[in-house]
Amino acid sequence: MPTTYEPIATTTLGSDTASITFTSITSTYTDLVLVLVGNAASDVSTTVQFNSDTGSNYSQTLVYGDGSVAGSGRGSNRTSIDLGTFYNATSTTPQIHIININNYSNSTTYKTTLSRGTAVSIATQARVGLWRSTAAITSIKLAPDGVNFKSGTIATLYGIKAA
Amino acid sequence: MATTYEAIATVTVGSGGAANIEFTSIPATYTDLNILLSLRQTATGGTNVNMAFNNSTTGYSNRNIISAAGTVVSESTILGTSSIKVGFIPENTNYTANTFSNQYVYIPNYAGSTNKSVSTDNAMENNSTSVYFGLFAGLWSNTAAITSIKLTPENGNFVQHSSATLYGIKNS
Repeated sequence: MPTTYEPIATTTLGSDTASITFTSITSTYTDLVLVLVGNAASDVSTTVQFNSDTGSNYSQTLVYGDGSVAGSGRGSNRTSIDLGTFYNATSTTPQIHIININNYSNSTTYKTTLSRGTAVSIATQARVGLWRSTAAITSIKLAPDGVNFKSGTIATLYGIKAA
Repeated sequence: MATTYEAIATVTVGSGGAANIEFTSIPATYTDLNILLSLRQTATGGTNVNMAFNNSTTGYSNRNIISAAGTVVSESTILGTSSIKVGFIPENTNYTANTFSNQYVYIPNYAGSTNKSVSTDNAMENNSTSVYFGLFAGLWSNTAAITSIKLTPENGNFVQHSSATLYGIKNS
C-alpha cells in the first residue's frame, strides 16, 4: 500500500507572528489539506494567498452561524480568500480551520478551496474560495488581517496522493 | 516518508445494537485524531450523538450551524454540558430505512496541554425532508491528553451496521 497522506511541513509559532507561509510546495501530490489551530491578536479575517499573488484574483462564498443568527455572503475580485474570522480567544480555546485545496498543481484550471472554521466561543463557518489562476500552487500564505497570530498557533500542510 | 494517516481502530455494531461506541487506550503518538462515523439509532426523537473524553462528564461546550429540512439555523452556545455534540443521525421510526449518518470529526493536538477543540462535518440525507447538514464546533476545557473517546446516542442504542473508525495523523 503506497503512502498517500503525507505531512509536507508544520509550523508552530514560538512568538506572535504576522503570517505563516509554506513555500516550495512540490507538485507531487493530488490535493492539499491545511490544518490551522490557534488564535489571533484580535478578531480579524484570516486570509490565504497563493504564489504571492496580491491581485484581485480571488472570490468566495460562505455560510456562518454565531449561535443566534445564521447567514451567508460572498465576495468577488478580492485580493485574498478569507477563511473567516480568527478570533482573539484565549489560548485555552483554540480555533480550528481546515482547508482542502484540490487539484492544486494542475496547469489548466483555476484553483478552488473548501474551508471550515470552528470556534466554539464565537461562530462556525464554511467557505468555498476560488483563485483565478491556472498556475500550480507552490506557496501558501496565511495571515490574520493586520494583526499577529498568537504564539502557540500551529499550521500543518499535508499532501494527498490519488495513487 | 513516515506513514502519517493510520487507522487506530474500527468498531462495527453487531446484531442487537450497542448503547455506545468507545475507543480506549488511545496512544499519544499522533498529532491529531480523525473519526469517521456512519451511525443510526433505535429510539424515536432526539437524534444527536454525544461524544465524551476520558469518561469526563464536565467542561464541554458547543456551537453549530445546521441546515435542517432545507432551512439554515444557528444554535446557541451550550456551555457546561456533559458532552460534545457531533451531529445528527437517523433513527428507526421516522427516517428512511437503511440510511446512516456521515460524520467527519477532527480533533487537533489531542495529546497536548491545551484545551481540546473539535470540528465536525455532519450530513444526514435520507430522501425526505427530515434531513440535516451541519458544522459543529466543540470544546473540552481540560488540558489532559485524550486517551479514550465514547460516542453515545441521545436516545436508544446504535443499530446494527453502525460503524466508527478512529484514525491518527502525524505531522512529521
